[in-house]
Amino acid sequence: MSKSSFIKGTGITVVTMSALAVAVSAQAQTLNIVSWGGAYSESQQKAYHEPWMKKSGDEIVNIDRSSNALAGLRAQTQAGNVTWDLVDMLPADALIACAEGLIEPIDHDALLAKSPDGTPPSEDFIEGSLDECFIPQIVYSNIVAFNTEMFPEDKQPSTIADVFDVENFPGKRTLMRKPINNLEWALVADGVAPEDVYDVLETEEGIQRAFAKLDTIKDQVIWWEEGAQPPQLLADQEVAFGSAYNGRIFNAMVNEDQPFEIIWDGQVFELDGWVVPAGKLDKVEDYLYYATDTQRLADQAKYISYGPARKSSAEMVSTHAETGIAMKPHMPTYGPNFETAIPKNNEFWADHNDELTQRFDAWLAQ
Amino acid sequence: MSDSPSTPLTTADGVPLKVSLRRAVRQSKLKALLLVAPLLLFLIVAFLMPIGEMLWRSIDNPEVSSSLPRTVVALEQWDGESLPGEPVYAALAEDLKAGQKARSLGLLSSRLNYEMSGMRSAVMGTARRIELIEPPYREALIDINDAWGEIDTWRVIQRESSPYTLSYYLAAVDHQYSPSGDIVAVPDYLQIHGTLFWRTFWMSGVITFLTLLLGYPVAFLLANLPLRHSNLLMILVLLPFWTSLLVRTTTWIAILQSQGVLNDMMVALGVIADEARWQMIHNKTGTIIAMTHILLPFMILPLYSVMKTIPPSYMRAARSLGGRAFLSFRRVYFPLTLPGIAAGGILVFILSIGYYITPALVGGQSGRFITNYIAYHMQTSLNWGLAAAIASILLFVVIVFYLVFNRLVGVDKVKLG
Repeated sequence: MSKSSFIKGTGITVVTMSALAVAVSAQAQTLNIVSWGGAYSESQQKAYHEPWMKKSGDEIVNIDRSSNALAGLRAQTQAGNVTWDLVDMLPADALIACAEGLIEPIDHDALLAKSPDGTPPSEDFIEGSLDECFIPQIVYSNIVAFNTEMFPEDKQPSTIADVFDVENFPGKRTLMRKPINNLEWALVADGVAPEDVYDVLETEEGIQRAFAKLDTIKDQVIWWEEGAQPPQLLADQEVAFGSAYNGRIFNAMVNEDQPFEIIWDGQVFELDGWVVPAGKLDKVEDYLYYATDTQRLADQAKYISYGPARKSSAEMVSTHAETGIAMKPHMPTYGPNFETAIPKNNEFWADHNDELTQRFDAWLAQ
Repeated sequence: MSDSPSTPLTTADGVPLKVSLRRAVRQSKLKALLLVAPLLLFLIVAFLMPIGEMLWRSIDNPEVSSSLPRTVVALEQWDGESLPGEPVYAALAEDLKAGQKARSLGLLSSRLNYEMSGMRSAVMGTARRIELIEPPYREALIDINDAWGEIDTWRVIQRESSPYTLSYYLAAVDHQYSPSGDIVAVPDYLQIHGTLFWRTFWMSGVITFLTLLLGYPVAFLLANLPLRHSNLLMILVLLPFWTSLLVRTTTWIAILQSQGVLNDMMVALGVIADEARWQMIHNKTGTIIAMTHILLPFMILPLYSVMKTIPPSYMRAARSLGGRAFLSFRRVYFPLTLPGIAAGGILVFILSIGYYITPALVGGQSGRFITNYIAYHMQTSLNWGLAAAIASILLFVVIVFYLVFNRLVGVDKVKLG
């Protein structure tokens, strides 16, 4: 077969296959959904997947590959066999995947549900959160938590500067083995205002300043790579401080009764959400419409302390499903928690992550 | 048989023997080829082609020339001394417009960002606003992003416009092109690969030496005990060989970690204080211990196969000629085992250079190998060109070792039993 007729042939197959897909879309199907695993997938399972499976008869298969989702999407696309139907991804990765044409552009107003009072999605989702190919679900936050039992009652830490103060707050720290967040915190601890952090990091002096600050605690740090490690190390009292995703710490505090407390000062927050691999929009659009509506996003906040990305859902956040405690004070976006919050600058990290990671690794190897 | 000697010998049916023989040989060759064909095909598809693709990827550089074709052509006239003129900027605007429509700028922006941090947002940010700008393009583009007003940006684009590049190999050995095109070392604070290569080699050397130290006596016992006992010993050697790699690695974590079995025992015996537990895992020590154990069979088996062939009478002869035990061992037995040592050594060394999962699990920060960095570039940074370049260097080193070994010892000496 010549190349052009081969391409034509494939074209015809694609057309017939998508025609078939339309024909069967009303029937039950299996959706392969990629997410982060752990407590987070659990919250999606309960808030979105289970009610949807009951409603539609679809089967949902959870795949815990979000930490390598961009690599996976690229590999599947190059191999010409994309098996994932919907992927949970960070906006920085979504920007890259979108620019490479790996995922579908989204018309949010046409595709997603309006809020109960009729506000279109483009106005209901948090300002600036809708990227071309990205549908946000939650606001999560990177914070530092500590074990309250490891400090005297009258001398508990409360700021990011305390994390870098080994003299007054002794003990090991565990931080993520990446430059992201650590450089921001080092600068805040060194006296940079949260809103100026990225301006300072743009300069060579700023980067040196951040690494110099990290130097002061380097021999006290155990570096973690899996999100499950910091709560474990804190619980074992192997460390006094640990950087973590706020939902994991909340989970340990509430479901496992651990004596942890979150330092909300200097929290670095960002969004997390869905992207649709190229060619899969027809298959998942019904699920997407359902899973991102106001009620579903509000439901998810019953299981994990991540803030819903819709304003209409934020108002409906109530209590924790199992313990009945009020969820609002545990949300990154709750007023008092949010005062010194740093919005993660995805553009800065898109530009500088490769270089700063290499620099960070070289710094660690010294 | 009174025929002249020139008459060729024939088979019973009159075919000349030579022809018949040739046909038989050809048939058996064909049969052999058919028998190995599945394996050969498998090797080509699953081994040679991926390696070829990897080598290709480490120099392949299509991004700039395919995404910015007009700019590349326009830049051919550029002298590289001052900012290029309006036609180049117009060509860039045209290219970005087309690329934005075709969604093909993602790879380009990543590619340029490897060479110069900041290019990702320069390309993507400019592309997002490209529909709005009007001539003169030079002012308009510099207005969107300062990067377009810097000569270095254009030098990078011009340099990387060729379809092949050496930048991945340079990056793999901690070098880069300076803006003027010379090859220079990257600043100290960015040097990481050299350290990792060096660490991989010396730690593999240590591991090889340790497996030899531990494996030699075991192989000797195996070869010299009565069959009844040596069979049992052989099973003990092979048992870990049959156990999953992950199980063996995680078992070492359970034994060596600071709250682990060994530390607990030492504390209970009073050898060390509870606060001063040994840190034996998540560092170099952990990697060396675990890998020595895992690779031990690869040393013992070649040693054993060589020792098995040394007749015991040689040692007896040496002793009867007056050599003391150690002298006879050193002068007679040991030299005879050298092929086994070489075979086991090269096997363990090559395997350990390429080891990935064990250093990742027990190596912590200081016990990591270069292979872990390849994985990082494959899965996290997604710089596949750099991953391919590092892997190609490893491949090259292994081939060199193999050739040296073949020259000195001969590959046919490698036996596993």
